[in-house]
Amino acid sequence: MTKILAVDDSASMRQMVVFTLESAGYEVVEAADGQQALDIAKGTSFDLVLSDINMPVMNGIELVKQLRQLETYKYTPILMLTTETSGDRKMAGKGAGATGWVVKPFNPDKLLATIKKVIS
Amino acid sequence: MSIDLSQFHAVFFEESFEGLELMEAALLDLDVDNPDSEQINAIFRAAHSIKGGSGTFGFVQVAEFTHILETLLDKVRDGEEAIDADGIELFLQSVDCLRGLLEALQSKQDPDMQRANQLAGVFQAVLDGASYSDSANIVKANSITSELMAPQVTEPNSNAVPNDAVSDEEDYGVSRQQVGFKIYFKPHVDMLKGGNDPVRMLRELATLGEINTTVDSSELPPLEGLVPDNCYLSWTIELLTTCKIDDVEEVFEWVEDECQLSITPILQDASTVAYSQSPDQQNSPEIKPKATVGQRLVMPSGPLPGLDDLLLPNPIEPSSTEVVADQVKTPVKAKPTKVESSSIRVGIDKVDSLINLVGELVITQSMLGQMGSARDSITEEHIGNLREGLVQLEQNTRELQDSVMRIRMLPISFTFNRLPRMVRDISIQLGKKVQLEVSGENTELDKTVMEKISDPMVHLIRNALDHGIEMPAQRIAAGKPEMGTIVLKAFHQGGSIVIEMKDDGGGIDTERLLAKARKNGLVGETDQLTQEQKLELLFTPGLTTVEQVSDLSGRGVGMDVVRRNIQELNGSVEVSSEMGVGSAFRIRLPLTLAILDGQLVTVAEQTYIFPLVSISESLQIDGAKVNNLAGGSDVYSLREEYIPILRLDRLFGLREEVGVLDGSLLVVVESEGQKIGVVVDELLAQQQVVIKSLEENYTRVVGVSGATILGDGTVAMIVDPIGLSSLAGNDIVAAKKLTDAVA
Repeated sequence: MTKILAVDDSASMRQMVVFTLESAGYEVVEAADGQQALDIAKGTSFDLVLSDINMPVMNGIELVKQLRQLETYKYTPILMLTTETSGDRKMAGKGAGATGWVVKPFNPDKLLATIKKVIS
Repeated sequence: MSIDLSQFHAVFFEESFEGLELMEAALLDLDVDNPDSEQINAIFRAAHSIKGGSGTFGFVQVAEFTHILETLLDKVRDGEEAIDADGIELFLQSVDCLRGLLEALQSKQDPDMQRANQLAGVFQAVLDGASYSDSANIVKANSITSELMAPQVTEPNSNAVPNDAVSDEEDYGVSRQQVGFKIYFKPHVDMLKGGNDPVRMLRELATLGEINTTVDSSELPPLEGLVPDNCYLSWTIELLTTCKIDDVEEVFEWVEDECQLSITPILQDASTVAYSQSPDQQNSPEIKPKATVGQRLVMPSGPLPGLDDLLLPNPIEPSSTEVVADQVKTPVKAKPTKVESSSIRVGIDKVDSLINLVGELVITQSMLGQMGSARDSITEEHIGNLREGLVQLEQNTRELQDSVMRIRMLPISFTFNRLPRMVRDISIQLGKKVQLEVSGENTELDKTVMEKISDPMVHLIRNALDHGIEMPAQRIAAGKPEMGTIVLKAFHQGGSIVIEMKDDGGGIDTERLLAKARKNGLVGETDQLTQEQKLELLFTPGLTTVEQVSDLSGRGVGMDVVRRNIQELNGSVEVSSEMGVGSAFRIRLPLTLAILDGQLVTVAEQTYIFPLVSISESLQIDGAKVNNLAGGSDVYSLREEYIPILRLDRLFGLREEVGVLDGSLLVVVESEGQKIGVVVDELLAQQQVVIKSLEENYTRVVGVSGATILGDGTVAMIVDPIGLSSLAGNDIVAAKKLTDAVA
């Protein structure tokens, strides 16, 4: 089963993402900030990481940097959940090693369509 | 897939309100001269989360407003925009405004956007280069025009300019029509390392129309030099589609900086357009038809795996703005759900400890069960084990009770958090300088107690600001620091919570308070009162309603209400004060309303329970000190005053003959500063009792606040001291008269 790590400090967004992904038949593990995500990620592997950018403790950009240092996550698709419409911040995520992004606001269908781009 | 997003609304509102509180606290704490970047980050994050959530869950008004707020905060965060005191004020106002919008949405009402539009106008002006104060003034002056400004300001997404076929026509001439795109795509050698796979993009292009792909493998090194992680291929793709260029660009959106990419429209003469637009014959001399995708690609042979899955029934959604538009409609159509019941968020550790305890309880139960089913005759040893088991059961039960209680506990910061803002606003309004020092905000308190203590606390702080702390000039003249201080402290003491509020203001002028009380006839002309008694006058209803009190003493208006509110929670409030130095209020509250520390007594073989906190003393009646008054009232001479004697047996009709008073026990209870002596037969143990509502199970009875079930299964009434004093109304008046007369 495809395993996804969903990272967002907002409980409502996290619930929505997890509910959507689980309804679509994915296995989802959630984390509330980058540090938590990193700790979880270290013990296992995922087919996809979905992460918010602005989070306390460790932000999404730092999370991507750290994940890419790990052998297991060298090629794992990582998508940033971002509301940034300006190019700068999206590129900061890319620069850190993210695969791409999903622009908030998104609805469940849009989210599923986007992640299908990177996992088969 | 259709997912009902309204199921996430409650969580969204809850976290948004929390976010706003956090934002407010950080704004109040922010030093404008030397802003802490982590604080600004926290403010930004809160706004950002609200924006993201509100957009996703369809609250477009909130999303629009937070968008502009966030844009400005982003610039502040990046150091492109400064922040000053006026800016803080504006951001604080926007917190209020957002709270209002969210509250309206939460109760399914249309939010009032006027204030939001005004503020959005101000923020836009700041973004356009004006200062915070100027922009605020401009917008104030043009509050009418702000309505006109608003739609322009809050345009959801500036990059949502529709890029339809007409504009393409204009670009490329009317005579030629666009039928697709020619795409050159050369990934950088390390593109795969970002998790992006070029094949994925080719698949996506295939979903947009018909593609014809040619791969260039000329840069592929000989096998021995090949690095498997590198990408050596490049592609030329002809895509026959009616999609817009944006859709094609979106396919490559994530890799713009990791590849060489050119997308050029394929144009056809207008004459052939009509022909090629027919869906059956959508081919032209230059473009080959379908079915060549797999063959033309060099890498996999045969059709691409999973390609069918990727073919979405609808083309990929053209832009995020349309998504927003879709979502706006949903909540309007949705049936209004029931207004959410009050909920509580519980830390996982509390739930874990509960589960743990239940586990232990089960073990104890099975241990006792085993003993019970033992078939041997009962021996000494059995009894010893049984006792041990019962001790364990008692311990489990107590821990479980504590644990369950703790679930209802919230940190007092829920109430404290709103105070810094209040102190700031009021002190500015009064022209005073005041700082608030808060400690013990993590002290936990029952949710219901918390809700009810909030108003009295606000009242006390307000009084301290209004009447306690002096004007800066006055403070300097008195040799005090210009900045006044209010210290708010919460902590556990015994089984209670204590909240202390101290100010370093002028203190309470007890002499003038006394003079006022004498004038109003509340205190006899010649009565001598101790300092404590004088301060107690503060809580006297008759005195505090007098308007001038607030002028002379500082405190006053409504202090009786404050005390009554606290007493309703089975709590108490004390005051101490020193002229010129300051005042302190100490509120003592029970940890919970569900359990009471009680004194068990018997009257006519019935057990009654007095709240321990209300008992000031218990004594044996000395017959010589009892006075029978006309009208049947008995009063007791307790030191310098006379207190009414109340007989529960008579009051509740417990027995025909009431016994003599001499030698009986008298429990002196105090409520609202009034002492009453209650005659009881016997004083029993002091213990915690679980309060059951009498009102819910029977009916309201004056003088009784509830009932409880005792260890032996009998029901005992809990006495309500406030109710008793209303029952003893006449006797109180009589006792007072006598006290005055004797004095």
